Parts: sequence; C-alpha cells; structure tokens
Amino acid sequence: MRVRGLVLYDGVMSSPDSPTERVTGTYPVKRGLAEMLKGGVIMDVVNPEQARIAEDAGACAVMALERVPADIRRDGGVARMSDPEMIEGIQAMVSIPVMAKVRIGHFVEAQILEHLGVDFIDESEVLTPADEAHHIDKYKFTIPFVCGATNLGEALRRISEGACMIRSKGEAGTGNIVEAVRHLRSIIGDMKKITQADSAELFEWAKRLQAPLSLVQEIAETGWLPVPMFCAGGIATPADAALAMQLGAEAVFVGSGIFKSDDPSPRARAIVEATTHFRDASILAKVSRSLGAPMTGIGMDEINQRFSERGW
Amino acid sequence: MLVGVLALQGAFAAHELALAECGVQCRQVRVAADLDGIAALVMPGGESTTMSHLLVTSGLFDPLAQSIADGLAVFGTCAGMILLAAEVLDGRADQVSFAAIDITVRRNGYGRQLDSFEADIEVPKLESPFHAVFIRAPKVERLGAAVEVIASHEGVPVLARHGSVFVASFHPELTPDYRLHSLFLQEV
Repeated sequence: MRVRGLVLYDGVMSSPDSPTERVTGTYPVKRGLAEMLKGGVIMDVVNPEQARIAEDAGACAVMALERVPADIRRDGGVARMSDPEMIEGIQAMVSIPVMAKVRIGHFVEAQILEHLGVDFIDESEVLTPADEAHHIDKYKFTIPFVCGATNLGEALRRISEGACMIRSKGEAGTGNIVEAVRHLRSIIGDMKKITQADSAELFEWAKRLQAPLSLVQEIAETGWLPVPMFCAGGIATPADAALAMQLGAEAVFVGSGIFKSDDPSPRARAIVEATTHFRDASILAKVSRSLGAPMTGIGMDEINQRFSERGW
Repeated sequence: MLVGVLALQGAFAAHELALAECGVQCRQVRVAADLDGIAALVMPGGESTTMSHLLVTSGLFDPLAQSIADGLAVFGTCAGMILLAAEVLDGRADQVSFAAIDITVRRNGYGRQLDSFEADIEVPKLESPFHAVFIRAPKVERLGAAVEVIASHEGVPVLARHGSVFVASFHPELTPDYRLHSLFLQEV
C-alpha cells in the first residue's frame, strides 16, 4: 500500500516456519528510523559538549562531524569521515540517535561507521567526494543512509541506490537558506507536475529525470517520495526552519547555524520549537526574540566552491 | 469520533493514516487547546527526550496529565510508551512521563539502530500473528500487578494495557495492518 510520504510495509515477511525470529537491517526497519525523526531537528556537533547542548535543547538526533560546514568551507583541503574516537565520545555522551558523514562513494568509511554502530549515515557532499561517478550501494548496509539532492532526478537516483531519507542539499556552511528553498521547490514542484501527467508522459519524465520509471510511477500515484524528505543547508534562524517545514520538508538539519551563532543553546532551543510549531506565528515570534546574532552568513555570489554541485 | 495524535515530533503522520483507515477523524495535538473535544489520543514513536522537552515548553504536559487522570484513552507506541510509563531507565534526568501505566521501561532496551528488527508476534486477541517493527525500541523490564499483557515477544511484554491506557514497544503504524488501532478504538 502506498500513500503520500508515509512508511508502508513493502518488505519480506519473516519465514512461516520461524515467524517470531528477528530480522534486522530490512528496508522497512531502516526507513522506519527516518519516519521517527520527522518533525525534529538534527544538529551538527563536533564534540561531546556540543552534543550535550543539542540534546538538552531537544534535538531528535545529532550529526557527528569534525568541522561544521562553515569551517570546512573556510579551511579548504580534503574533508573526510570523522575520527572514530570522536564519534564514540559523542555516542557515550547522548542517548538520542547519532549520525555521521561519509564521503560520496566512500563505502569503506561507511563500513567503519556501521561497525561503530552509528544510527544513520549521511553520504554527504559537504565532505570531499571519493568517487566521481558512483555513489555507495546503500542496500549492502544494515544502517540506513540519507543523501542530499538538488532536484527530483537526483533524489530518485539516491533512493534507487537504497537511501532511506532524502534531504535538500542547500548550500551548507553559508547560513543562507536560498539554495535549500530552490531545491525544495524544485523537488516538490516536479512531483506536483508528475501527479498531473498521464501514464504515457511518465516515460518521458523518467528519461528527463534519469530516474527509474517505477519510482516516477509511484510519485504519480502518491504525490510524494517513497521516503521522508528533510531540509538541510543554510538554516540559521527559527524562521528559516519554519519556512522549510511550510514548504513541505518533514524535518530539518541544522549545520553551522547553531554553533556558529553568538549563543548556541537558546538558538538551538528556539529552532526546535519553531520546527514543531511551524505554522504558529505567535510561537514563532516568541521564540525568535533575543537570540543574539545568527551566524553572519554569505551570499551565493561570494562563494568559490558550491558543495551542492557534488554528486551525480 | 475525533482522535488526537500528539504531533510534537515523530511518526505522527503514519498514525494519522492508520486512524483514518479505521474511519475516525484525527487532529494533530501540539498545544493545550488542541485537546478540546478529543475522545482519545495516540502518542507516536519518535524521540522521547525531544517530546518530553516539547511537552514542557508548549505547556501541554499539565493539561494532558489531567486529561489522562480524568480517563482519556491513550495509546503510546515506542517513545509514546516511554512517555506513559511509571518508570523510565536510561532516560535523561529531566525527562518527564505521565506515569499512566505501572511499568518500568528501558530506553533503547533492544539496542541501537543496528539491532532494530521486525518479527511476527502472537497476539491472542487477534486471529493471526501481527508483523511488528521495532526501532531502537524500549524494553519492558517490570510490570505492575494490574497491567494486562496483550502480547509478548521472546518472553518480554511488547503490548500491554491498564484500563484505557495502551502501550506498545513496537510500531503498529509502520505496517498496513490496522488491527491494533482498531482494538484500541473499540475500547474508547
């Protein structure tokens, strides 16, 4: 059964001769965790202390990484998977799910993160790609993956490789929401058009999107991706988070926006409130007060490297 | 009948679909005013510490605790079970719960996501097994005498009730099988 944006069981039922046996790492089990993160805020953290601040503020998960995107952008060089010791330190500090990033195509980094028992892997354009043609075969892993997308074709290619969650790429480390808005509008806009297409036009859509026909047909039926879609890239204020949610994102990732601001803890709390009460202007006005300065942010014409162009 | 779904964070949309399939109207509950007129409430899976935090900041905790004390029927799944339990192990020190059912649960008692699993469970009230999905699930470690176990898996209670309070450590909203939602609604 398929309905808009919801987890629906399409896996293999356990065998009749041992019906109560546990089966791990199935697609429904992996996608199930993505469903549990809806309506929440996933915060980038670079050490256990920040992870604690994030959990205290009501984050539904943390993303462990060595440097936030703003610093990766500033420092240049090759950005890689984080040190396992740092990830373990964060796992020991908090009880909420811990995610971590691997380079696009770097399946060995993913094997290491799975061994560490992280709860979700982000195959991320924020790190320097390891493979210029291939993403990871995500079906091979017990741990679910999230991947970024700038448009519907990219989203569907990632889903066909086994991604259990899609996020907009936005432009990480800029504190500028404009690219995430562009990506959300592009993905959702094309899905709306596909629901209006007749069955013959779906072949053309699949060709144009360079995506599997079966996934295009599924969108025509349900109007939505078969996995949750979150927003990432450039969220710096409670209003940014609520904007992403009103546009149709089902949860938000906040990278540099919290720990590059003047006063991270109240800002983190405010973004959590704004994500839950995203349609309630009175609550949004209340939580937006007196948060100190947000991260400075940069305009798209000021940046040399667009992370969102990484991935294929 | 109008049924509320706690919509602070988590898998509330999946529960809304299940309830709609059962033929009832739903309302997302985020603030105290949303409680007016609901006949029952579902507390979804998600992150219990996040929901606990938002229950306090939204001012929803006290009125909802009063409604439950006054007999509002509630069904808590996974994180929702944690929110309803009398005692929570491995929680945060500041985590609140409604203590609406006399059980002790351990957060993530079945392990991290690597250990999340699906399995058929025998539910004596149903004609055939129910296919259950457990995600970083809480584990019941103690059961009060008044609590009725509806189903167990590997000898551990996974579905239980006390009066009009129902709890499940798995996710009946993640499978297109609405028998457990119906079972709950029959009691409302």
